[in-house]
This record gives sequence, structure tokens and C-alpha cells, in this order.
Amino acid sequence: MHTPSTEARPSIYYPYEVFQPWLASAHPEQERKKVVIVGAGPAGMVTALELARHGVPCVVLAAELQLSQGSRAICFTRRSMEILQQVGVAERLSAIGLPWRFGNSFYRGQRVFRMEAPHDSDDRFFPITNVQQQFMEEYLHDACEANPLIDFRWGNKVTRVDQQDGHAVLEVDTPEGPYALESDWVVAADGGRSGIRSAMNLQMEGASYEGFFVIADIRIDLPHPTERLAFFDPEWNPGNTILMHREPLGIWRVDYQLPPGETPEEALRPESLKARIDAQLAMIGHAGTPWEMDWSSVYSARTLTLPEFVHGRVIFTGDAAHLLPIFGVRGANTAFQDAQSLGWHLAFVVKGLAGQTLLANHSAERVGAAREIIAESGKSTRFMAPPSRGFRLLRDAVLSLSLTQAFVRPLYHWRASRPHEYSHSMLNSPRDDNALFQAGPAHGAPPQNVRLDDDDHLLDHLGGGFDLLYFTHASALPEDVQSAVQAARARGTPLKVTAVGAAQPVAGADRTLPDAQGRLRERYGVPASDSLHPQAHGAAYLLRPDQHICARWLALDAAGLQAALAQALPR
Amino acid sequence: MTAPALTIDGLETVYDALATALDQAGPGKTELFLVKLALLQANALADPELFQQQIASALQDL
Repeated sequence: MHTPSTEARPSIYYPYEVFQPWLASAHPEQERKKVVIVGAGPAGMVTALELARHGVPCVVLAAELQLSQGSRAICFTRRSMEILQQVGVAERLSAIGLPWRFGNSFYRGQRVFRMEAPHDSDDRFFPITNVQQQFMEEYLHDACEANPLIDFRWGNKVTRVDQQDGHAVLEVDTPEGPYALESDWVVAADGGRSGIRSAMNLQMEGASYEGFFVIADIRIDLPHPTERLAFFDPEWNPGNTILMHREPLGIWRVDYQLPPGETPEEALRPESLKARIDAQLAMIGHAGTPWEMDWSSVYSARTLTLPEFVHGRVIFTGDAAHLLPIFGVRGANTAFQDAQSLGWHLAFVVKGLAGQTLLANHSAERVGAAREIIAESGKSTRFMAPPSRGFRLLRDAVLSLSLTQAFVRPLYHWRASRPHEYSHSMLNSPRDDNALFQAGPAHGAPPQNVRLDDDDHLLDHLGGGFDLLYFTHASALPEDVQSAVQAARARGTPLKVTAVGAAQPVAGADRTLPDAQGRLRERYGVPASDSLHPQAHGAAYLLRPDQHICARWLALDAAGLQAALAQALPR
Repeated sequence: MTAPALTIDGLETVYDALATALDQAGPGKTELFLVKLALLQANALADPELFQQQIASALQDL
């Protein structure tokens, strides 16, 4: 019998709600489900919301009766906010979140590097938004509860997954005992310590680093702006690294590396936490400022991934699929991209709009992303927490040189999470005009947002299916293109057409964006239409349901669109 | 192409200067000093492949 705690988790800023468990005895007998998602963290809930958006119902199983403990992930990238906008929670997150774009690295009391993350005037969201994970989970949970296609079950812990021919049977334990649940597909979003991954005996590839970090949230009034602070080799913690971030509601995150040999249990003793946080506050000139502890934990850096995310009827996503170091905010930010990708790939397979090859593509794209992230974050990790004597000597030499030598300072740069470009995806159209464009997002790239007006951006209008951006001054889409769009829709493919560049609504388009200043055209590398470039009329971009580009043309025709859709939805 | 090389005089100057600097850095800071110097030299060399060759040469006969 599964007995999750009914006592609200402690927090000095977040009021935990304890939910009622879902009990099989209170519900009629269940048919086989299309999708069961194990885990109600960011990856699980975004997958559920994306599936529902594509019309696929799912069950979400949460082992506990409340949201997760502590602030956990706090830094959300622009692309994460764009994905959260797609599932309808970005507005609430923006209302509470703290946007920022600057980072500072300090050594021997001197600021040796200042990172300025670019903020494009066409972007809606800042490079990073800080907000505690509980709020993000709360808003995602609210969105799940409001969606009739999502069956959210608190207090349901998966204890066994049996794969059978073409489906899986889950044993789900609850406060009244276990029940069996059949599903065509199981999404394992059960986190870094994934019980499903262990039970299936799947090995991850990559490296684990030895150093431990304490992660602590304190409430304190500090006059510093929302910028990342990194301190290297300070006197109170020689050889080690400290990070600080401002969070909403007067909370600060303090991360510090432990000396070699110290155990997590020793480090989390209250007197040990207090001495170190006091020392850090003294170093930044705030000795004696009162503070209160909210939550603390210990982590070590790992760069590990499963080499394949799809295993029969079980698909791994988020931390269950890979473990990434926090340097560069890789965990939740990668999970959002995984979940958004999985949502549409799986939905299209469930709906019969594509074959299982599409899931193989999901795995290939996201494993590729994980490996790219591992290569990049390995560099950051080796600088932040040197894994050997040689790496430590080099890091220390760079710290010392950085006081006077500018050429080493870029090594402080924080390689933050960024969206993977699926440049070689099998979904990219092989016979479009991708190579002929001089600018704009290329094959596999994430979308470029464009500011259309006050509080009105291109990405506000996209998503939920394929999007065709069609650049034209004409009053109507060409008839053959209209026919191709209608034929695709008749086969069940969700496809929205946005005409760009005409002052009046364009017949055959779902929506027309006038783009009077030509900003959108420019950002998408579409040449201005004039007597020298008549071909600019009829340029087009095809965006996948995750808004990544899969085809673009200087002049679209029906055959090109049909070929691109067939390529993107392999049978 | 002939690689630029030190004259005998130049080599003797470098020899004395490096020895003096090692003594000045002291036993506790010798490694740090040498790694800093190597990074400065690598930057001046501006050729990662040539630097890798020099690493290989220096690793010989330790």
C-alpha cells in the first residue's frame, strides 16, 4: 500500500496544497488508455498539455499528493518560456518571474567577467526568467486540471511496468492498494532517479563528476539586481565555487561547492549551512544581515544520457532520459524541449497521422540534443568543478591570469541552455530552397520571434499543428497551394496558414499579418518583392508543431508543400 | 619554412630568466606559475596544433 505524506511540505514562501488521492474504487472500470504519463514534474505535465493540444487524451500519475519540494529549477530560458507560452502558462510565470540577462564572475574581490546575454527587440521573453519550480508546477497543474483530456491522479505510484504485445500494463499503487492500468504508450517522466529506468535496467552513457554542491534557498533582503553572481576560489571556501541568484518573493539561491571528502550529511547540518552562508554574506559585504533558511539539498554534476529514449511502448523524457549539470541551467530547460517534442511526435503517431518512424525521429533528435548539451556543459562543469589535478591547475591559472589578461576571460562564459537545431533531421525537406536563403531560421532551427505590435508577437499566433507562413502581397493564396492545404487537412493534418505582407486579409489564409515595415520578412530572410526580385512573392516557411523549421521556399508550389508534409510525417 | 628559433644568447637569457622566476614563485606556486606561462605562450603562439605538438614534445622522456 502506497501511503504518500498528507502533511504539507515546509516552506517559508510557498503554501503547499495537499491534494486528495485518486482511488480506483471511486471510478468505473477503465478501458485501455492511449497514453499514461508517469511523473507530474515539468516534463510530464508539458507532455500532457501538448498531447491534449493535439487532441490526445492521457492519464498523469503523480506519486505524491503535492508539488515537489523546494525551489529546484529556478532559471528558465527564453525558449522554455516560449514553450510554456504554447501550453498557456507563460503569462502567469511572467507576472511573478524575474527577467534578467547579465552575469558576473568574481575572483579576489574583482569582477573579472561580465556576461551580457543578447536581448533581441523582437523577443517577447528575456534570456532568463527566474521563478521557483513550485509556481511553474502549480500553473502547469492548473492547466492540466482545466483540460478535459487530462486525467490527473495524485497519490498514484507506479510499481511495475510490463510490456506486452503492442501495449503496456502498469501496476499502480495507491492509498487503498494497487490497481492495473493498461496503456498503448507509457511516458516515463519519473525524474532523475527514474524507477522505470532502473527496473528496465537501462544504462546511461556519459560522465559523473565527484564534487558535491550544496544548494540552499534563503530569505534575505539584499540590494543586488537580478543578475547571476559567481565567485571563484574565495577565502572562506578556497579552491571552490559559489553561485547566487535572486528568486521572487525575497528569496536568494546560494550554491556552494564542498571541499573534497565532505559528505552531503555533514554539509547539510544546520550549523554547517549557517557558517558557510554567513561567510558568503560577509564576503559580499552583508555580514550580519538577517536571513532565514527555506530549503537545502546537495547535488553533484552528471552528464549522462540514455542512448535511446524509445523502448518498445515506454518513452523516457526529461531527467528520466538524461541527467545534466545545473551549470548552464540544463535540467528543466532541456526537459521542456523534450516534452514539447514528445507531445507532438507521440500525438501524431497515436492519431495515425504518421508511423512509428516519427517516434524514432523524436528519439534521434532529442538524444542528439542531449549529447550536444553534454559536450557543452562538460566544458562548463570542468571549469566550475575541476575533475582532476590537471583541470584544477588550468582553472586556477585562468583565474590568476584573468585579473590582468583579457584573453582568458571568455572562459568564464556561462554556456547557457539553448534550443537544439535539428539541422539534419529526417523531417527536413530535401528538395526545398533551404540553401538559397541568405538569412532567417534554417532547416531544423527553432523559430525566430518577431515583434508585430505592442504585446503582439509572431509566436503568440503559432502552434497546435503545422504552421505555414506564406509571404505575399496578393489578395489570395494560389489555387494549387490552397488545394494542397485542403488536401492535407482532409487527411487530418492540422495546418494553419498565416499570410504575411498584405494589407487586406488574404483569401485561403487563416490569418493575415500585414507586416507593414517588412520586419517579419526581413527576419525570415525573404527578399523584398520588387521588379528585380519578383520571386519574393510566394516565399514560405513550414514550421513543425514544435515550431522548428522543416522546409522553406523562395517560391512555394503545391508539389513542394505536399512533399514537405509527406517528409515531416513519415509512414 | 624554417621555424623561428632562439639564438644561443637568447636561449641563455630565457634560461636564466625562467630559473629566476621559478625561484621567485617558490615551490608552492611553481606549477601555477608554469601553467600561467604556458597559457600566455599558447596565446602568443596562436596555433593550437603547434601547441599540441609542443605538449607532446614536453611529455617525452619525463
